[in-house]
Amino acid sequence: MARKRKPAALWARLGIYTFLLCAAAFFLLPLYVMLTTSFKSMDEIRLGQIFALPAAPTLDAWRAAWSEACTGVSCEGIRGGFWNSVAIAVPSIVLPILLGALNGYALSWWKPKGGEWLFGILMVGAFIPIQVMIYPLVKLEAALGIYSSLPGIVLVHLVFAMPIMTLLFRNYYAGLPAELFKAARVDGGGFWRIFIQLVLPMSTPMLIVAAIMQITGVWNDYILGLTFAGRENQPMTVQLNNVINTTTGERLYNLNMAATILTSAVPLLVYLISGRWFVRGIAAGAVK
Amino acid sequence: MSGVNIQGLSIKFGHNEVIKNLDLQVIEGEFLVLLGPSGCGKSTLLHSIAGLIDVSAGRIHIGGQDMTDAEPAARGIGMVFQSYALYPTMTVEKNMSFGLRVAGTPKAEIARRVAKAAEMLQLNALLDRKPAQLSGGQRQRVAIGRALVREAGVFLFDEPLSNLDAKLRAELRRELKLLHQTLGSTMVYVTHDQVEAMTLASRIVVMKSGVIQQIGTPAEVYERPVNLFVAGFLGAPAINLVPATVGADGQSLDGPLPLRLAAGRVAPGQRLVLGVRPEHVRLQADGRWRATVQLVEPMGNHQVVWMTLGEQGFSALVHDGRRIAAGEELAFDVDEPLLSVFDAASEQRLPVS
Repeated sequence: MARKRKPAALWARLGIYTFLLCAAAFFLLPLYVMLTTSFKSMDEIRLGQIFALPAAPTLDAWRAAWSEACTGVSCEGIRGGFWNSVAIAVPSIVLPILLGALNGYALSWWKPKGGEWLFGILMVGAFIPIQVMIYPLVKLEAALGIYSSLPGIVLVHLVFAMPIMTLLFRNYYAGLPAELFKAARVDGGGFWRIFIQLVLPMSTPMLIVAAIMQITGVWNDYILGLTFAGRENQPMTVQLNNVINTTTGERLYNLNMAATILTSAVPLLVYLISGRWFVRGIAAGAVK
Repeated sequence: MSGVNIQGLSIKFGHNEVIKNLDLQVIEGEFLVLLGPSGCGKSTLLHSIAGLIDVSAGRIHIGGQDMTDAEPAARGIGMVFQSYALYPTMTVEKNMSFGLRVAGTPKAEIARRVAKAAEMLQLNALLDRKPAQLSGGQRQRVAIGRALVREAGVFLFDEPLSNLDAKLRAELRRELKLLHQTLGSTMVYVTHDQVEAMTLASRIVVMKSGVIQQIGTPAEVYERPVNLFVAGFLGAPAINLVPATVGADGQSLDGPLPLRLAAGRVAPGQRLVLGVRPEHVRLQADGRWRATVQLVEPMGNHQVVWMTLGEQGFSALVHDGRRIAAGEELAFDVDEPLLSVFDAASEQRLPVS
């Protein structure tokens, strides 16, 4: 039997690897072009050999992208955008995760009256495209006096993250044994004590999964940052767009490539570093 | 130590009434076992004593105080769950002391109580471990320890041994009984395992569909079941239930076991069910009736002989090593005074002897 099967299995394996290699090449090729181009000088780029390795690798384009590139009138690179993005991302990651965990905990363990109903509404909200809500939100934030400010954009991120964060934690907590909650009640634990001392420490895998989702989501956001952050707090993505669309003279491909890579570096790093945790988080949900 | 007094308790889940107008007295210091098939409401009853389920009607007094609406922690109870329900991120020591820390007990007192419970349950070497590093038996010991440190008046056990393998279950069962003898605390214990009920209980409460069928000592419940349900639920192998019809004289019975009952207890023509425990069936050469052997199960110290009596399955216990072959026809007799007689229509026990 083993002998008969061997050739077929081999062919199947070969097919799988061929497909995987093609897929990897397809997705990695643009990255390769971006990387090589970013290390080339404009003279070399003009030769038009986009697949060639840089003849004289230089970091000039990277330096320029970080601190000299012009966005409209100012020429300070995209570093300002980087720090703006950090300032937006940190509260927009921490607050939704904590609130989502709290929501999920309350819904699945305390089962408040009308909780399921509220959760249903929250889920419906998740399916409405954000474009529909932008104008009302602008009016609302303007009325609250936080439009075009850091709190303004953080609030928007918080609101839009609530359905998925709540769903994530609610399902995770619903999978924990109900007797755990009962034991904690008998031991005298109240709402907050059970949450902080028992539930949060058990949530590590989900906290990491949620953090990954929020970091990538918030960092990659463009439309919300453009609309709600205001000029002073424009995130990196918005600045990147400005850099690339500012056309005075020739188009600096090497600088554009470097700026794009810098902008996408954070989510990329998060995936590379947390890949193991990401898988663990998903697996932890499956096995106890 | 305190008793529990339950009056007129009703519990509804939606329109489904799980507990129906139930009265129950748990006497101080007794080991009360709630026994019944799954879905009979025994766990619901226990959880309502713990305050983990809202009651629809009725009152629950613990230690003389009305605790119907009190928070679980305020009721003076300790509870052990089937799934152990240990806090996975805390060490054994933290697991046991959690409740005391919540209550703000002084550190020295916490240490004293944890040490005492650990001593009693042989957990000293495990205090720094996490639950994941413990075996099933150790986990359940920790769960018991967590209940003990509360030094509560009433301990509640919700099928605490069901998740353990047979050997450990027997071991922990004995430990629990010893613990009860040492502490003398009131214990309420839920199980569907009649062996646990028989071995542990001072009194057994047999429940079915949210209604108490019988309360009594293990011997009372086993020997004098009040109805067919209780008779059938207790005992392994199960009690033999043989149909009979009362003859015209009101004494002689018609059926596979034609006995005579005392006069005046049953009416002519009344349909009965005779309950005969397998150990009350004597296989002896001068027996009055005969049955055909279908199957023999040797159990080491005894044998279970499965026979057919007319159309009826019929089992007997044999306590010696005699050789019995399938297909053999054996004479047998029954211990008539130990018989239970039930009315076939009402399924209730009849006082015939």
